[in-house]
Amino acid sequence: MIKDYINIPWKEIKRKKMRSWLTLIGIFIGIAAIVSLITLGQGLENAIEQQFSSLGKDKLFVLPKGGFFGMGASELLNEDDLELIQGASGVKIATGLTQAFAKMEYNDLVSYGFISGISTDPEERALVWDAQTYGLSEGRLLREGDKFKVLLGYEHSQEDMFEKRVELGDKIMLHGTEFKVIGFLEKIGSPPDDQAAVIPLEAYQEIFESGEDLNFIIAQTSLAEDPLLVAEDIEKEMRKKHDLDEGDEDFEIQTPEQFAETFNVILDIVQIVLIGIAGISLLVGGIGIMNTMYTAVLERTREIGIIKALGARNSQVMALFLVESGLYGLGGGLIGVIVGIGFAKLTELAFVLAVGPAFLSIKIDWLLIGGTLLFSLIIGCLSGIAPARSASKQNPVDSLRYE
Amino acid sequence: MQHKKLVNGKKTVIRLKNVWKTYHMGDISLDVLKGVNVEINSGEFVVITGPSGSGKSTMMNQVGVLDTPTKGKIYLKETDISTLTESDLAQLRGKTIGFIFQQFNLIPTLSALENVTLPTIFQNVPEEIRLKRATELLTMVGLEERMHHKPSELSGGQQQRVAIARALVNDPEIILADEPTGNLDSKAGKQVMEMLARLHTEEKKTIILVTHDTGLVRYSQKTVNLKDGEVVSIQTNGYSK
Repeated sequence: MIKDYINIPWKEIKRKKMRSWLTLIGIFIGIAAIVSLITLGQGLENAIEQQFSSLGKDKLFVLPKGGFFGMGASELLNEDDLELIQGASGVKIATGLTQAFAKMEYNDLVSYGFISGISTDPEERALVWDAQTYGLSEGRLLREGDKFKVLLGYEHSQEDMFEKRVELGDKIMLHGTEFKVIGFLEKIGSPPDDQAAVIPLEAYQEIFESGEDLNFIIAQTSLAEDPLLVAEDIEKEMRKKHDLDEGDEDFEIQTPEQFAETFNVILDIVQIVLIGIAGISLLVGGIGIMNTMYTAVLERTREIGIIKALGARNSQVMALFLVESGLYGLGGGLIGVIVGIGFAKLTELAFVLAVGPAFLSIKIDWLLIGGTLLFSLIIGCLSGIAPARSASKQNPVDSLRYE
Repeated sequence: MQHKKLVNGKKTVIRLKNVWKTYHMGDISLDVLKGVNVEINSGEFVVITGPSGSGKSTMMNQVGVLDTPTKGKIYLKETDISTLTESDLAQLRGKTIGFIFQQFNLIPTLSALENVTLPTIFQNVPEEIRLKRATELLTMVGLEERMHHKPSELSGGQQQRVAIARALVNDPEIILADEPTGNLDSKAGKQVMEMLARLHTEEKKTIILVTHDTGLVRYSQKTVNLKDGEVVSIQTNGYSK
């Protein structure tokens, strides 16, 4: 029985191929957008999770409030804050970083990038290395006693930055001062990082005349300590020192997990907005199905009269049209899922080519696919209810007379 | 309430009792049928005839219970159709009456076989039974070779034979044919009429033929003559009643 109620509408759909395809487009664009957005969103969330957890859960980041990693904040941190944090209980080691967006000159060309000043103390440097997920691809690390020496990001070792690659031992002008290139960092995958320059803190303070200012402080907690509790203690101490009430802090302390959460919240909001837009396209798609079905009902007025004369109940007429509109929904959903996942996979491939493998990995979520197909079927059926009802209510005599 | 009414020992299958049909067009109302009384008995071959505008089509819609009268009663196998819902009436119609139309009225997307099985779908007949029956019927009308062809690939005569097979698939008591030869050449028309005659004599079907072609009256046992929405005469075996 069910077979017949699918077979008959299916033949009707095939009869008007062009119109059927156009009707499907409305649905599949919306479904493809939703599937690819959700799939990519999940992939990105996983990627962010991984990135931050690779930093280690024992790291704390102390930042001035406002701005991004201290840049653009009204009140920066300083050496006193660092001392306070280094002395806080539960903190194993802490180090301060400075950072500025500044001019770089090489090969008679000018470029701009982030310049970071880091401590040359081996332990502190190791902490920065760990927290920033830096790796050395060529040359050597900064060491104590280095001053106008620089480690450059990955892109400097390519031809991208200054039309020719920077060589070890070359001179590069940073913020108007000459530095000697001693090494290159491994590719990180984000252009700001890969175009950056890392110099000793001492040199930074000299060329930028930044005094004791620090853009952010990285602390590593002792193994036995709960990083969140340590963070609370530091917060209390710093409030006291800055003479601030709770809630008025001019700094904030974050753990990698919190970073991940913050990013995920932003990602969620972006996703919700985009999916909302895709939802509108689905609504339009549904209206497209309704339009097609109303046209079909009108065109098949005579056939409705025939099947009613042949003994079809109103509910049976309605079922035939509902299945037809449901098939439009389901068909659109099926194409949409395939296109959506295809698009997500292509994006993954683009990431792999641009950044390297294992940053964004797309997983096929069968629950999402099943849910989407069901949803598109429901949209199709809902869009078909009104036309199907009007078909089922037709008077057989008038319908048979219709030319 | 009228119960089994027997005429010459035969059951009445359709009875129209003082049936009026009035159409309203704006302020004008038009009486197309004016108090028609007709009884059709089981196993009869009845021709309903009359000039155009006499109300034949309206009469056929009433006899075929495709429509309900404005006034009066119609009994289909002793059931007052006004007591049925539209859907229950459709079910009863599908089971009791097989339709053959002038325009053939096949569904263009379906093959001959699927067209023939269509009425059984609405009666929930199991698939194997309906396929067997439809195949037998198509063989009977000489179309076993063309079962899987679409109506557009068949000639008019072949299409009408598919329609005859479709009319028979639920094994109805009554075959209602509305100008079945109207769109056919004389040879195909004759074939169709002979099939109807055979269904009457061999299968004991009640045949109701609505036509303006008085030449077809020779097939009938009873002729209902309509004029201006009224039954002007009912002839039995060619003799005026």
